[in-house]
Amino acid sequence: MKAVYALYSNGDAAQRAVNSLRSAGYDDHDITVISGAPMEEYEFSHIGRHSYQWYIACAGGLAGLLFSTWLTTFAEKDWPIVVGNMPIVAWWPNLIVIFEMTMLGAIVTSVATLIITAGLGRKMPKLYDPEVTNGKILVGIAQPKDAAGADVERALLSAPGAQVKSV
Amino acid sequence: MSASDDRLATTLLRPLERGGLKWFLFVGFLAAVVGCGLFAWAFQMWQGFGLTGKRWPVFWGFLITNFVFWIGISHAGTLISAILRLVNAGWRRPVTRCAEVITAFALMIGGLFPIIHLGKPWLFFWLVPYPSSRLIWPNFRSPLVWDFFAISTYLTGSLLFLFLPMIPDFALVRDRATGVRKTIYGALALGWRGTTHQWHRLETAMSIMAIAIIPVAVSVHTIVSFDFSMAPVPMWHSSIFGPYFVAGAIFSGIAGLIIAMATLRRVLKLHDYLEDIHFENLGKLLLTMALLWGYFTFNERLTAWYGNHTAEYNTFQATQNGVYSPLFWTMVLVNFVIPVVILSIRRFRTITGCVIASIGVVIGMWLERFLIVVPSLAYKFMPYSWGTYAPRPTEIVITVATFAAMTLLYTLFAKFVPIISIWEMRAGEHAPIEEMAPAPEHRLGETHA
Repeated sequence: MKAVYALYSNGDAAQRAVNSLRSAGYDDHDITVISGAPMEEYEFSHIGRHSYQWYIACAGGLAGLLFSTWLTTFAEKDWPIVVGNMPIVAWWPNLIVIFEMTMLGAIVTSVATLIITAGLGRKMPKLYDPEVTNGKILVGIAQPKDAAGADVERALLSAPGAQVKSV
Repeated sequence: MSASDDRLATTLLRPLERGGLKWFLFVGFLAAVVGCGLFAWAFQMWQGFGLTGKRWPVFWGFLITNFVFWIGISHAGTLISAILRLVNAGWRRPVTRCAEVITAFALMIGGLFPIIHLGKPWLFFWLVPYPSSRLIWPNFRSPLVWDFFAISTYLTGSLLFLFLPMIPDFALVRDRATGVRKTIYGALALGWRGTTHQWHRLETAMSIMAIAIIPVAVSVHTIVSFDFSMAPVPMWHSSIFGPYFVAGAIFSGIAGLIIAMATLRRVLKLHDYLEDIHFENLGKLLLTMALLWGYFTFNERLTAWYGNHTAEYNTFQATQNGVYSPLFWTMVLVNFVIPVVILSIRRFRTITGCVIASIGVVIGMWLERFLIVVPSLAYKFMPYSWGTYAPRPTEIVITVATFAAMTLLYTLFAKFVPIISIWEMRAGEHAPIEEMAPAPEHRLGETHA
């Protein structure tokens, strides 16, 4: 058995299922909740909220800043021609390029972080049901121990309207 | 499945499934116009710039006008969408994607014009900073290089800003499609499932990008304005040009968005999603920008007139009373008088009223770009160097083709991607209490509809 899950029609039932799984001894880390839209009014939606995306984006911006500072300075010194009576390394115009590349660094890094940390572009895990895109909410446990499978089913069935499935 | 979820998905996915004869005829017509534009461009490359109306001293004509105009139109989407996302305006949900698509396509079209204007587009890579065999680097002190960095950053950011919120909708289509469509949408969905973990990552990434993209959007049109204001040319060399260009860009962008939304509403029958309130709110925004545009134009004109610098005054006179005056006063009429009259009277601030005002603004803003580019070059400091400009068929065909290209790209996009974000609409239905609660005694409460 790879996973046990149940589908619910509304957030209240999904919340009860999550609470039952917690009571049965499962950590938030083990519980998977899948929905067709974010459901921030429910407590279960806060599972997996913590991330370092902001810090990583800032680091990306900093990398863009440093790289563009080096690029503009190096290129101007490498081909030192006086243009428009400006100094060889002209900070005013360089700031424009530096600003753009700082922002580009932050943007690209935040997207890369999303792809990596959200597991996008990888083979889709078994724990999924297309009914989610029809508005159902999936609550389940991936790879429960064989002996615990029955406990999981019992916990999932404790919420009303559950359709328990396993894959 | 709740009834509303089903209705949402069914209605918003319907355009992806239908494709009748009319659709193919329309797309075919647009493709033919775009083809004519490409042919005109190729002919221009073959024959040289003598084919265009560009003559000494006016070397910037329709092509640069179109460049500035389309970059301006691009401000409709990402900027407005990012601001609305950051302030968490509930009414943004059906609007954001319609707007973001405009940005992506308008930037692609606008970004082409400097390349078309090069005359030898195959040398475009000279702008790219790389160590060539002769170790020549691009001149970072040139506004043309700033354009390259600004536009490529904005285009990259806008495409990603458009693509990220499409991933959950691609997953939805994947789960409902069969055969090749399932494979294609499956690939585009990148294995999206919709775990709480993924939703958090997506929303955080969108927040970061919204914050990053706003200054980038402002910088792009400021940098486009630098193409002009860095040069000691009458009525160009002005510190007001940055904000003037940004305000004008947002102005024309909102107008473009209103026209696009009204067309989508009618053609795709999205009356339940693109409602009167969306047009009224955007109409108010358009009214604000019309007033701001009027304020900037007055500032720009008064300074030139009062300063009484000979060269500036000549350019000023050419637009106010001279050969360009019909274009100038048309611009004032359609950019200021008509929108202010229509949009400030609540009874006229209907969908039809907003569309009429918007069409006027799009025309007026194109004229404004033309009036910035051409008269200043035609009336420079020395009277012996004065000249004139008249567009030739090549430039006119290329210009018309860009409008067809925009319509074509938008039509194709709406055919293959839900033009309204389904998951965001669903999220609106599940919105937290504090977001949904209206302020009953306050008209601004409408924004939380």
